[in-house]
Amino acid sequence: MKMKIGMCGSIESNDCLIVIKNNKENGNHIIINSIVGDFFYEQIYEVIAITLKEKNLNNVLVECTDKGALDYTIKARLLCAIERYLGE
Amino acid sequence: MRRSLLFIPGNNPGMLQSSDVFEADAVIFDLEDAVSGTEKDSARFLVTSYLKNYSPSLEVIVRINGFDTPFCAEDLKALFMLDNLNTIMLPKARVEDLLQLSEMIKNNKKDIKIIPIIEQAISLIEVDQIAKLELVDGILLGAEDFTKDLEVTRTKEGVEIFYARNRIVTACKAYKIDAIDTPFTDTTDNEGLTKDTKFAKSIGMNAKSAIHPNQIETINQIFTPTTKEVDYAKRVLMARDEAFAKGLGVFSLDGKMVDKPVIERAEKVLEKAKKFGVL
Repeated sequence: MKMKIGMCGSIESNDCLIVIKNNKENGNHIIINSIVGDFFYEQIYEVIAITLKEKNLNNVLVECTDKGALDYTIKARLLCAIERYLGE
Repeated sequence: MRRSLLFIPGNNPGMLQSSDVFEADAVIFDLEDAVSGTEKDSARFLVTSYLKNYSPSLEVIVRINGFDTPFCAEDLKALFMLDNLNTIMLPKARVEDLLQLSEMIKNNKKDIKIIPIIEQAISLIEVDQIAKLELVDGILLGAEDFTKDLEVTRTKEGVEIFYARNRIVTACKAYKIDAIDTPFTDTTDNEGLTKDTKFAKSIGMNAKSAIHPNQIETINQIFTPTTKEVDYAKRVLMARDEAFAKGLGVFSLDGKMVDKPVIERAEKVLEKAKKFGVL
């Protein structure tokens, strides 16, 4: 069976690539790989966690490869990836 | 009143967030031609997320996808959630689409203007009706699609769009809205841009769209009144005041008759000079 995933964004400068997939019954899990992670890991984590909560999503794995995206970009890419993941 | 309008690809965060540093009078966040069919959703999310978080200090225009596409309804639904969008740019505009769009803007209680793009022969035929619509405050010529519709080759000289440019200028001037010229697409040819922009100004265009930030300075310079024009306009108005004090309706300046059209032109020059910071 093909795994359902949602993906959005790019690894260009100022952007991020978000991949979201099912995490079975293991709750939400967020993996961040950022060029500015030393300084902004928590901020990026918060944007993703809050957005998942707003969208009422549970049991998903979110991978964020960040190339210096601002919060609005991370949120936009995640919202789009969620929509694609849900097949809306 | 605009001079330069800069297209910014809607799916490029780096360009979106620096859109207000190029000194354009307006930015056009593009959801249409600059975005591939598979990325329409991501561009829409990005532009709306940007505008929910930032309000650039210049006119913000979003070019939506046309009414003939499956993306238009979603674009509008997302844009009507915003409070800081000034203008919607509608490609391949037709009167019936614009009436529908106007209705939707009013129903959503939004203070949003419309700039239609004339890029089909049929739209040019309708341009008088388009120009007089209440929410339309400028019309842009989209020469690439327009010449495709005419089945002619697009040239730098622009002979093939001469009629369209004049037709649009006349309609815009009749209804006192901005006549916005098509972009000059060779971003490496500043001499060509200068020539094309001066020509556009000479036939009555008020502004020109740009597809690269390096075109803004040239466009702004050409559409800003020169020191000579400003000085002359000031002298006309001073002479007017003196003549009116003497009860004269018509008077002369530098040996030339000055009447109402010359005075109104001088007032317009000074209005532009003030707006663009050269007065």
